[in-house]
Amino acid sequence: MAEILALVEHRQGSLRDVTFELMSCGRKLAENLDTRLTAVLLGHNTGEFADDLKTQAHRILVLDDERFKDFNSESYQQALSQVIKSENPVITLIGHTAFGMSLCPALGAQLDIPSSTDCLDIEMNDGGLKVIRQMYEGKLDARVRFRESPSYLVTIRTGCFPAEDGNLQAEIVSSDLKAAEPQHLKFIEYLEAAVGDVDITKADVVVGVGRGIKEKENMAMVEEFAGMIGGVVACTRPIVDAEWLPKDRQVGSSGKTVKPKLYIALGISGAFQHTAGMKGSDTIIAVNKDPDAPIFGEADYGIVDDLFKVLPALRDKITELKQ
Amino acid sequence: MNIVVCIKRVPQTADAQVRVDSSGKDIEKERLTFDLNESDAYALEQAVLFKEQSGGTITAVSVGHPDTEDTLRMVLAKGADTAIRIKAEDFDELDGYKTAQILKTVIEKAEFDMIFTGCMATDDGYYQVGVNLAQLLGIPHATLVSSIEIGDGAARIKRELEGGLLEHDEISLPALFSVQTGINVPRYASLIAIRKAAKKEIAAVGQDDIDKDALVLNTQIEELFVPPVTKRAEIFSGTPEEVSGKLADMLNEKGLI
Ligand SMILES: Cc1cc2nc3c(=O)[nH]c(=O)nc-3n(C[C@H](O)[C@H](O)[C@H](O)COP(=O)(O)OP(=O)(O)OC[C@H]3O[C@@H](n4cnc5c(N)ncnc54)[C@H](O)[C@@H]3O)c2cc1C
Ligand SMILES: Nc1ncnc2c1ncn2[C@@H]1O[C@H](COP(=O)(O)O)[C@@H](O)[C@H]1O
Repeated sequence: MAEILALVEHRQGSLRDVTFELMSCGRKLAENLDTRLTAVLLGHNTGEFADDLKTQAHRILVLDDERFKDFNSESYQQALSQVIKSENPVITLIGHTAFGMSLCPALGAQLDIPSSTDCLDIEMNDGGLKVIRQMYEGKLDARVRFRESPSYLVTIRTGCFPAEDGNLQAEIVSSDLKAAEPQHLKFIEYLEAAVGDVDITKADVVVGVGRGIKEKENMAMVEEFAGMIGGVVACTRPIVDAEWLPKDRQVGSSGKTVKPKLYIALGISGAFQHTAGMKGSDTIIAVNKDPDAPIFGEADYGIVDDLFKVLPALRDKITELKQ
Repeated sequence: MNIVVCIKRVPQTADAQVRVDSSGKDIEKERLTFDLNESDAYALEQAVLFKEQSGGTITAVSVGHPDTEDTLRMVLAKGADTAIRIKAEDFDELDGYKTAQILKTVIEKAEFDMIFTGCMATDDGYYQVGVNLAQLLGIPHATLVSSIEIGDGAARIKRELEGGLLEHDEISLPALFSVQTGINVPRYASLIAIRKAAKKEIAAVGQDDIDKDALVLNTQIEELFVPPVTKRAEIFSGTPEEVSGKLADMLNEKGLI
């Protein structure tokens, strides 16, 4: 059986968590298919990464070149397409990240390999490859079948395949593939997120507000409520997009990760990009008028009602209790 | 700058009931409202901003069913010059890659310096069509773009990575940008513009113009289902006063307030 490949993702000198999730997923697939898992590592001076991954895969294929130090979709794609052509893997696993969102669809179209993105689960047997992925903003799951092909590309959603310790002894193989000088894309630099006045990651109580708040004017009542219970106001991405709160208040995959004692989600649907940043909170309460909102699958306690009715009532009850 | 914008009309599902239909592979559409895909609104606005800055034309293209014309008319009212509907009804089942192949056959005939797409469609969530399309056209791409500055034959862009980190890149033109929400503040169309757009022609392209047999379908939905529940919140029920009372007591007991 052809092998499983999993792409190592690293940034600014560190392996990213998703790499270990990919390896766990890859080991399971390799076991089921009675084949081996190869970690493909593009980078520069990557000895330490290879050490950290030793128990995770049967083999680590290292492509070392200064041009691979930072992610460049063009040079990475160029090299990976050659790796895939020569290794003929049955499945290539990539993280559904800013890295994978650029690479996977490009490799698929270039190599004419069927690909599927943002997968929550993967199953491969005589019936071919099937994946589970979410649709309609997390409201439904789809079981997706691929056309028959000797090779497939899959990106997996972070958090779906918990990282586990491996007990393998990887053989480290260095490839002599070198990076071509990119013709179209030049990486310039990383820009760190701006730091604001409130650090939502340090607060014990976070009141998260989503698009259910409707108008900018309504933000004041949330601020007031948060102040009353000694919390800070955080939000979903659309609230930042609308410029009602600064970027440093955004919770989620492209914002911050918070783990407060209490997180109150007001008018938040519960997209996985948001919950990725708050599901580690000790106690989660959600107020949403839609009983099917995915947020109720993350919350400990829920109220299915209009937040404009619940919030004033809750404010009054808490005031009473405090007297 | 001549710009092509790829747009999709999608059901608005965030606060609606979404039910699987009798085929088990699609959703019941009757009670849903449809609108321009969220990130496509930002892609369109970015095109309009560049046009206002330095001229050029904007062509909006969509693979969609006849009601997509309503969305395209709104796109014209917001500043696109021409709109093309590729008849989805002519092409049976679609996935991201097949959609990109169809878009390619139409867009390769257009003159463009830049193509804008949204970063993902909220119905299928493929995050795929834009990058597939760039690859099929043989032009470079950038995903999750949160800022674009045009220079001489190249653009300086910022891409959003995880955790609020940005990547600053330079990319040669022509190129495709898959745009992240928040890159600008999309405008509303004026009533006059809406009235004008109502009279504009929307070009239709179908199977007579595109070789259906050459298109590859990579993936098919076998089944749609409600996600299995792993954890479910304890729901407080009653009037707002009652549920607030229960919640406040619980928070108080736990020492959280
Ligand atoms: C690459 C990428 C990265 C992303 N990163 C992030 C991120 O870091 N953080 C993030 O949050 N999002 C992120 N997103 C966006 C994410 O996919 C969702 O679009 C977003 O989280 C939705 O925000 P929302 O819940 O506020 O809005 P919606 O999904 O529109 O939900 C609004 C909710 O409010 C409810 N509601 C409406 N009115 C009321 C009322 N009166 N009372 C009670 N409830 C009401 C509705 O039922 C609905 O559930 C990202 C997206 C992409 C593509
Ligand atoms: N049917 C379509 N017609 C035109 N553009 C589309 C279509 N489907 C997707 N796109 C574009 O590709 C982007 C990404 O979509 P997706 O890959 O489906 O998540 C969307 O934001 C649109 O800009």
